Order: sequence, then C-alpha cells, then structure tokens
Amino acid sequence: MKKKVAQVVAGLLAVSMLATACGSSSSSTDTASSDSTTESTAANELDVQVGPSPETIDPALNSAVDGANMIIHAFEGLLKFDQDNNVVAGCAETWETSEDGLTWTFHLRDGLKWSDGSDLTANDFVYSWQRVADPNTAAPYGYDLLNQVVGYTEVSEGTADVTTLGVSAPDDSTFVVNLSSPCTYFDKICAFAVLMPVQQATIDANGDEWTTNPETYITNGAYYVTEYTPGEQIVMTKNPNYWDADSITFDTITWHLIEDPNASYSAYQQGELDMIKDVPTEEIPSLEGNEEFNVEPIMGTYYITFNCNKEPFDNALVREALSLAIDREYVASTIMQGTYSAATNFVGPGVSDAEEGSSFEEVTTSTYGDFFDNSDYDANLAKAKELLAEAGYADGAGFPEIEYLTNDSGYHKAVAEYLQSAWAELGITMTINIQEWQTVTADRRAGNFDVARNGWVYDWDDPSNMINLLETENGNNDGKYSSEEFDSLVDQARQTTDVSEHYDLLHQAEQVLLKDAAMAPVAYYNDFWLQKSNLTGTWHSPYGYWYFMYGSLE
Amino acid sequence: MAKYIVKRILFGIATAFIVATLTFFIMNLVPGGPFLSEKAVTPAAQEALEAKYGLDKPLFQQYLTYMGDLVHGDLGDSLKKRGFTVNRIIETKFPVSAKLGGIAMLVAFFLGVPLGCIAAYKRSKLVDNIIIVFSTAGIAIPSFLSSTLLMYIFSTKLGLLPSLGLSEPKSYIMPVIALALYPTCYIARLMRSSMLDVIGQDYMRTARAKGVSTFLMIFKHALRNAILPVVTYMGPLLASLMTGSFIIEKIFTIPGLGHEFVGAITSRDYPLIMGTTIFLATFIIIMNVVVDILYAFIDPRIKLK
Repeated sequence: MKKKVAQVVAGLLAVSMLATACGSSSSSTDTASSDSTTESTAANELDVQVGPSPETIDPALNSAVDGANMIIHAFEGLLKFDQDNNVVAGCAETWETSEDGLTWTFHLRDGLKWSDGSDLTANDFVYSWQRVADPNTAAPYGYDLLNQVVGYTEVSEGTADVTTLGVSAPDDSTFVVNLSSPCTYFDKICAFAVLMPVQQATIDANGDEWTTNPETYITNGAYYVTEYTPGEQIVMTKNPNYWDADSITFDTITWHLIEDPNASYSAYQQGELDMIKDVPTEEIPSLEGNEEFNVEPIMGTYYITFNCNKEPFDNALVREALSLAIDREYVASTIMQGTYSAATNFVGPGVSDAEEGSSFEEVTTSTYGDFFDNSDYDANLAKAKELLAEAGYADGAGFPEIEYLTNDSGYHKAVAEYLQSAWAELGITMTINIQEWQTVTADRRAGNFDVARNGWVYDWDDPSNMINLLETENGNNDGKYSSEEFDSLVDQARQTTDVSEHYDLLHQAEQVLLKDAAMAPVAYYNDFWLQKSNLTGTWHSPYGYWYFMYGSLE
Repeated sequence: MAKYIVKRILFGIATAFIVATLTFFIMNLVPGGPFLSEKAVTPAAQEALEAKYGLDKPLFQQYLTYMGDLVHGDLGDSLKKRGFTVNRIIETKFPVSAKLGGIAMLVAFFLGVPLGCIAAYKRSKLVDNIIIVFSTAGIAIPSFLSSTLLMYIFSTKLGLLPSLGLSEPKSYIMPVIALALYPTCYIARLMRSSMLDVIGQDYMRTARAKGVSTFLMIFKHALRNAILPVVTYMGPLLASLMTGSFIIEKIFTIPGLGHEFVGAITSRDYPLIMGTTIFLATFIIIMNVVVDILYAFIDPRIKLK
C-alpha cells in the first residue's frame, strides 16, 4: 500500500516539477529587467509609458506614433523639429534649395558617429533613403515621403534599380536630393522619423531582426537601446557618440510597454512612472484641474465619411444636413469629456500656414470665417431640417434607414449612439454596426458602408496631408468623393514653388470640401497625458511626439 | 501500456493536424488582413509585402508550404512583429506564462484539494457552508474583476505590491491569486462532490470500524479514489494556465504568451495565430495523454489499452 501512495505522490510531483521546470528558464530575463525597474527611482532615470509594444522600431517600417516616439529618441535625421515645431539642423548643419526648388543639398556635421562608434557619412543617408524606396522593404510611408524624388516611381515598382533614386553623396559630408516636382514642405519631410539614417552593416548582417536585439540596434541619436523585452519594456541609455550628447540630460529612459490604461494609471499613481500617455477615460472627470493632467492639440481630425456613391449621400444637401445636425460642442466636451475639441473646419490647430509661427486654422477663421458655428446649435439644426426638406426628405419622409459603421474603442461607440439620436431629430433612422477595427477598415475601404467613422492624424505639418485624402484617386478616399474643382486646386498646390500660393490654394480647396460636405468634421484630436510636476524641460509636439531627452526630474 | 501510449500519440498528431488545417482556413476567411492599415499602402508596397511572406500565392499552396515548414518545426515569421520569428516569440514568452501558470496551478491544487476534503468531511456544517459560498463566488468572479480589485486594493490604495511586470518575487502574488482563484474553487467543489461519493462507500465504513483515524481515512484511503476527477481536470487546466491568460497578462503587464493569442488574431498575424494555436493544441493533447497515464498509477484497476 505504501508503495502505491508513493507512486501517487510521484505522479503529482511529476506534474508540479513540469510546471516549475518550464518556469525556471525565464529567470535570466527576469533578473535583467528587475535591475532596471528597481533602480529607476534614481534622479537621472526616466520612466514613461507612451503605448504598448510598438509594432516595429525600424524607422523605415514604422507608421505608428508610439514607435515614432521611441525612434526620435534613438535616431536623428538630416533635420529635426525644435520646441516650437520649427525645422532646425539635425545631422545636417546647413542646407539649401536650388532656385527651381528641385535640388536640395544638405551639408552634414563633421565627425558624426553611429552608436557603435563607427563613422556616419552621407552614404548612410543614400542607403537609408534607397531602402525606404525599395519595394522589398515595403515601407508604409515610402510613397508619401519620396514620391517627389526623381526615379521613385520606377524604383518602387521594381522596374529600376534602387541606385537610380535621385539621392546621392558627392562626398562624405554632402547629401543631395533631386526632386521631380517642387515641394514647399520638403524640409519637414526630411525631419520625418521614417527617413532617419540606419546602418547598412547591421541590417545586412541581421536582416529584419536587427531591431529586436539591443546589440544589433545601431542608432545615431540621443540614445541607444540597452534592453528590449517585448511586452514589458525598452530601456534606452544615453549615446556618448551622439554629436550633441552634452545637451542630453537623462542617462536612461525606460519605455514601459503597458497596454492597459488602468495598469499604467495605477503604476503612475504609485510613482513607478513619471509620465503616462494612456489615462483611463473614466478617470478624466476626476483629473480636471489637476496640474499633472495635460491636454494639448495634435494635428488630426475625427470625421464622418459618407458613401458619396450611394443614395442619398450622393446629394450634397443631404450630407450637409446630416453634418449640421451634429452638436459638435456637446460631442467634444461632454461625450468625449473634453479630450477632443469641437471642429469648426476640416484642418484644425497645430498645422502651420505660410508665415513662420502662423496657424492654418487661424488664417481660415480670419479669411473665410469658421464654417461651423458651434455656439448656436438650434440654428444649425433648423438649417439642417431646411436642407433635408430641400433635398426632398422633409422630416425624414422617404429617407432610407441608414447604417453607421464603427469599431468599439475610445469614444467611437458613444459618438455613434449620439449620432443615432441627433439624426433621429431629422426623422432619420440609423442603426449602428459595430465591427472590430480590421473589419471596419476593410469594409470602409471597399465601400461597404453608408456612413462611417473616420479620422486622420497628420504625418507631417502641411494641410495637404489631410486635405488630399479627399482627392478622387487617393487610396484613403473611402467615401469616393470626387470634385474636379477640388482636384485641380490640390494639384496646383502640389506643383507650386511659392509657399504662400501653396497655402492659399489649400485654403480654397478646404472651402470646397466644407461647402460640399465632402465629409463631416466632428472634432480635433488632442493628446492628454499625466506627467509628474517635477518632470520639467520636456515637450509635446502637435505630431503627438514627446521630447524627453532634454528634460529633468527635480 | 507502451502500445497504448504510441496509439495516443498518433491520435494526438492527427488531432493537431486537424486543428492546424481548420485554423488555417478559418483564419483566412475572416475579413481584413495583416497589411491593412488605417493608412492605405501603395499597391506596389502591398504586393511586395505579400510576395515577401508568400501571401500572394493561392491559399492551398500557402497551406502546403506552411504545413511543410511546420513538419520541420518552423512556424514562420511574424507578419506584424517585424524581425521576430514565431518560434522566437513562443520561446521567449512561453517561459514567462509557464512559470506563472505553474505556480498558480500548484496553489490551486494544494489549496483546492484540502478545502474540498474538509468540506466533504464537515458536510452541512458551518465550515462546509463557508467553503461552498466562497468557492461558488470564486467561480463566478471573472478574472478581469478579481485582478482589477486586487490591483486597486494592494497597489493603488495600499501601495504594498508592485503593479507592473514580474520583476521581483512579490510581483507574482497578485497575478497568481487572480490566476489561481477559479481553478482553486473549481477543484475544491470537484473534490468535495467526489469525496462525498467515496465516503459513502462500504470500504470506508470498514476502515472506520477498524478504528482508522479520520485524518488517515480521508487523506489516505478516500483521497486516492476521490482525486481521479481532479486529475482529469488538471491536465487541460495545466495547459491553459501555462500558456497564459490574455486578461491577467494585460492588466499586470506581463510579457507572456496569453497576450499573443488574442493580439495575433486582432492584428491578423497569420503565422502567429497558427503558431500559438498549434502550440496550445499540442500542449493540451500531451497533457491529456499524461493524465491518462497518471490514472493507471493512481488507480491500478484502470488498464490502459
């Protein structure tokens, strides 16, 4: 009998040993990560949360804001943005444009180095830019950033070798870009994270894996990576080989890759983190007036897309009526808890105009007046009813039942429910179709919808980045809006070398969109975050980037 | 017995094959795709991406290629975590989940079994009632609630336990409790009912007549017969605990495998969906075979054929 009891015990032990044996192999990564979190209270180390694990931290492949936040701390492009969002010298000390606007020449600083100590030359920029254009890299932003560069089309289609791209390095410190058409905002593109230099040696040796190991992730900016544990944290350490290392304050920055806002909020409250981007929305009412709670605009607009190919949305009167029936102030301040701002036009705050330091939106307001007067909703609603009657659907009679397509994250569902009640005022019955994000994106692009949630955050500070979305041939024109007048204005704005003409044409184009109700702008995006009051000297840009490298903890 | 094990393993391989095949075709039926983004990618870049990962080939050919690689143990490259192979993701994330799940299972076993025995022995007494109430509540409370409550009390309010990651031994406390709550309660209830069955048997009466002490009677004589249903439950339980919980890993920011299961599906990372599913299926199949073998040890009347 005793023997059998022993067998039972042995059996159970086997199960439990299996459990612990499998666990033991993780101990090495655990100890590595514990060192950095326990020490993070030291004054010169910063702990932040800007998002979960980034999809990639390869500059060329990145298309997300959280990835870009990490990339701008690890790399530096030819140019960069300062605290006022002006373009300033980066790796290039000076730069000039030819008279026709087609040739851009950059003069690199002396003695630029990679984080591994090797020299960084203009040829590294040639390689990096060719890599972005190379179809085998499949860089999501390749077209947007480089389509004006000579030879891009052939290279990206695979019909010409990447070396035919219009970028060259006449000597080690000069980088030249040849454009096929002028681009007034090309300096901003040169400051974009995707075009930051990457080291050919490490990519040739390690392929796509180069970003996944700290040893092979060679950078040229303020920091380099010393630990990368997906799902947990990325630790960056000050790069002594960076040309401006003396200006960099924090010795390490730890990016905590937290997905759940409640978890990041809890860690912030416990003092484990100095700054968090993901604040639980249910906490926002209690945070108002708290000096640690920040709300700042980013360049982006939350809008509603109408399927312009489909009745009744092919009628501009109907689109305008639906658009006017939205109480934007109520949506932004009540439904979205003040984390968005009510839209008055299509292009919102943070986007520049021709003059240095000017705002596109302010120029719109002073030249054309705000398109939506959010102070008098009753008047807007009355006008909406009139317009709908004019379109032949008085009090919604004969108006088909419509469906609103959205995914359920953030405030999307609450906004959908609001729209349901707002449009019911016009006598319109709307059902809500909630799908997961992938399905919404696929259906919206394929035109399988009546009305859909949409939104756009700018890639760079130029209104064309948003306005061009409604161009007939644009891949993101989900509603298939089409206007010859609009297309021609946008095209002229693209071709001109005159900066003020560029902006003027875009103002006109925006007015066409608004009058046509090509879409219904709802609200402007803001970033809202919590930051300890002793963390100073950092800033947040309208791109949604935080610059931590010059900050300090007092 | 050896023959039986070989037979079970062959069945297991067939099951894994069916799981892999079904998953492959079902996942390709779901709308959307790995390279679909809010921002439209140029057709050339889209084609290049699809060509790079072989998604431009006919579906059946993709299936054959995948199965061929699978036989060689190659689970492919993640489409969304560029630079990571699926093997590497599983190799680095599984140990984290396995350690946490293993501890949780030990807790569940060594807490649930005695609790169930005590409840059965003290049937209808106060102790039994308390255990029943708590174990019923424990089964009913979803893990997102228990985790959030634990976090709120011990991290946010009291500041006793760290809320992030698994950096120190005490970081394990909350996730282990959250993870072990349901199985502990389930095991206690399972143990209680099967123990009640056993206690009513004639041989127990004989043991009592012989003057065997209550403790020995329950934990030596009755336990061995009563534990079989618990062992049956433990196999799949171990597999599911050790492969991680999406919710608990998300709330406590644990870089485990549970998170990848769900993340892979929402991002349509096909090779990762396949890899994690096949991994879990294989694990469950293996655990079921192990459980069957354990039966024979625990109850010699069971013959494996």
